[in-house]
Amino acid sequence: MTHTPQRPLRVLAAMSGGVDSAVAAARAAEAGHDVTGVHLALSANPQSFRTGARGCCTIEDSRDARRAADVIGIPFYVWDLAERFREDVVDDFVAEYEAGRTPNPCLRCNEKIKFAALLDKALALGFDAVCTGHYATVVTREDGARELHRASDMAKDQSYVLGVLDEKQLAHAMFPLGDTLTTKDEIRAEAERRGLAVAKKPDSHDICFIADGDTQGFLASRLGKAEGDIVDESGTRVGSHDGAYGFTIGQRKGLRIGHPAPDGKPRYVLDISPVDNTVTVGPAEALDVTALTAIRPRWCGTAPSGPGTYTAQLRAHGDETPVTATLEDGELRVTFEQPVRGVAPGQAIVLYDGTRVVGSATIATTTRRTAVAGARP
Amino acid sequence: MAYLDHAATTPMLPEAIEAMTAQLAVTGNASSLHAAGRRARRTVEEAREALADALGARPSEVVLTSGGTEADNLAVKGLYWARRDADPRRVRVLTSPVEHHAVLDAVHWLGEHEGATVEYLPVDGHGRVHPEALREAIARDPESVALATVMWANNEIGTVMPVRELAAAAREFDVPLHSDAVQAFGQVPVGFADSGLAAMTVSSHKIGGPYGIGALLLGREYSPVPVLHGGGQERHVRSGTLDVPAVAAFAVAGRLAAERRESYAREIGALRDELVEAVRTAVPDAVLGGDPAPDGRLPANAHFSFPGCEGDSLLLLLDAQGIECSTGSACTAGVAQPSHVLLATGTDPDLARGTLRFTLGHTSTRADVEAVAKAIGPAVDRARTAGLS
Repeated sequence: MTHTPQRPLRVLAAMSGGVDSAVAAARAAEAGHDVTGVHLALSANPQSFRTGARGCCTIEDSRDARRAADVIGIPFYVWDLAERFREDVVDDFVAEYEAGRTPNPCLRCNEKIKFAALLDKALALGFDAVCTGHYATVVTREDGARELHRASDMAKDQSYVLGVLDEKQLAHAMFPLGDTLTTKDEIRAEAERRGLAVAKKPDSHDICFIADGDTQGFLASRLGKAEGDIVDESGTRVGSHDGAYGFTIGQRKGLRIGHPAPDGKPRYVLDISPVDNTVTVGPAEALDVTALTAIRPRWCGTAPSGPGTYTAQLRAHGDETPVTATLEDGELRVTFEQPVRGVAPGQAIVLYDGTRVVGSATIATTTRRTAVAGARP
Repeated sequence: MAYLDHAATTPMLPEAIEAMTAQLAVTGNASSLHAAGRRARRTVEEAREALADALGARPSEVVLTSGGTEADNLAVKGLYWARRDADPRRVRVLTSPVEHHAVLDAVHWLGEHEGATVEYLPVDGHGRVHPEALREAIARDPESVALATVMWANNEIGTVMPVRELAAAAREFDVPLHSDAVQAFGQVPVGFADSGLAAMTVSSHKIGGPYGIGALLLGREYSPVPVLHGGGQERHVRSGTLDVPAVAAFAVAGRLAAERRESYAREIGALRDELVEAVRTAVPDAVLGGDPAPDGRLPANAHFSFPGCEGDSLLLLLDAQGIECSTGSACTAGVAQPSHVLLATGTDPDLARGTLRFTLGHTSTRADVEAVAKAIGPAVDRARTAGLS
């Protein structure tokens, strides 16, 4: 799939300082668009995040982005969105964990920052589109409507984290890397060829505002220690923990339960109950989810009217699974054809019709094949 | 292109380029004793004399540095160390809250690491320090003052300080006063001897000379502790091999800045007045920063706050139309903060976010002003739509 030649647009390229967004900006400029680069300062105190080359909040990243913009030959600015980012992404992240859920801050950032705060400002300043280095494809239908599709290369596809974009946001989105059928090494080679010094920069992983990758430590520093019980399915106490927020449903490691389960099988986190600060563990089978409900649905286009069959993706880089979904009272109800494991409230479910993103919603409740004692409904 | 950021740096004068390129092909360390060294030394000393002449100082009072920042650091830290060494009671450093960061951060560092007590003198709504305020601050305990430092003219809003009166107040108590005259040189008279200052900073690239060279004018009775130790050049105050081509070119630019100052100030001031008028016509609620009186501000400076705008947005919109100016505020990792200068003058913090500084220079023309007149109204409208995010 290739981009059809368009009229030149005024494009604001979000440049993190990494290789993908630099190549995306370069491609947009090469396509004849009038591109301006912008680096989002997302930390109120950049110095405090100055550890290593990872993340998107360091002074080095700001400099790398500026260097890339200079080489591409486009104007470059740093915009301070730290306050919005803290309120909409970081505080939300902490609150979600505190409530026993497992948030995805990247989706949140795309929904609230890159394609809201940034896009709104860009449009107000006369730009037509925001360009990022995401691997996803925007297809313009004959009727002019825009559809979000998976990247040409499924292995690099990032449409999941863009599943929160609505039609209006999508109308102003540009993803020049979406039709790349090359490996990451080849993107690096392209960066090298273009003279971009970020060609050799390590990939950023995990969560940009937790530079050292220690999510547990970050949460502990924000939420403090709160010792509680780990119980099995019958409610018997089998261990203790320093804070229920530190767990994710489906987690196996780090439970620190001294004695084995009666059947000798490994135990997994089945449920997190922030109300009584209790973590419930049990066998893998008990993680099997047959259905779920999800709130805050967002549609890339019109909302589906009746029940429909789709494939669903439940986490970044997760597999697709066939589902039936229906919208009732603004709530998405999803039934899985085959039970799936490791579904955590707070995560996003993204529905696909073939390669097309239909929409997304935030998982609220799950239905287990085996009822979990003590678990929330 | 309309380049209206001459306070950041201004194009080199052809005469300075000529002087510099002529020297680039000549070998010689000005500290060497052989013929090549003597030739270089002669070039340096003639340049020093020309600079002294241009600045109303004696040649021995010209200490060449790598630029304004180094000269400020040498004056502030060096004089503090020397004065405190002579009398350990002297730990107070008096300054203004509107200084350039080269002074502000040096002073702050002395407070954090060298036991200095930093006192910020009050400024009025135009960002001006009144001599009485300095006198009062010293008089509270004259024995404990290491030095005072107040800039000659503000780099953001262009307000000119009453430096001679300030120096007179300091002299009453034998307190050395340093002044950063980087923006003032070439625009207002800055005679060193006649100012009564102990030390004064000037920079080459702001007056049409090359980058990387400046000077601290330093009264002969002062021996600041060096920041750079080494071969003992420049009165043992600033070691390092001199950059002969840059020194020669700086001297040419300095001589021309002094010679042309009066007519330049008159002409550039008239053009600046046109710019101010044009902006006010296009954006009636634009607020002129600094002193509106012609003799109270630098003739090449026009500074505005635009209510409801983000300065960064305006910068982007004007840059896209080939107009190059500045928000005038300091950057940390490129993130614009409300200017400390405007906050010190009591400007509302929201208003302080929507600033633009236009500074004219020797290459400025009426076409530059017309470009701003045409672009500023629509840019402000658009930036207001984007609002204060």
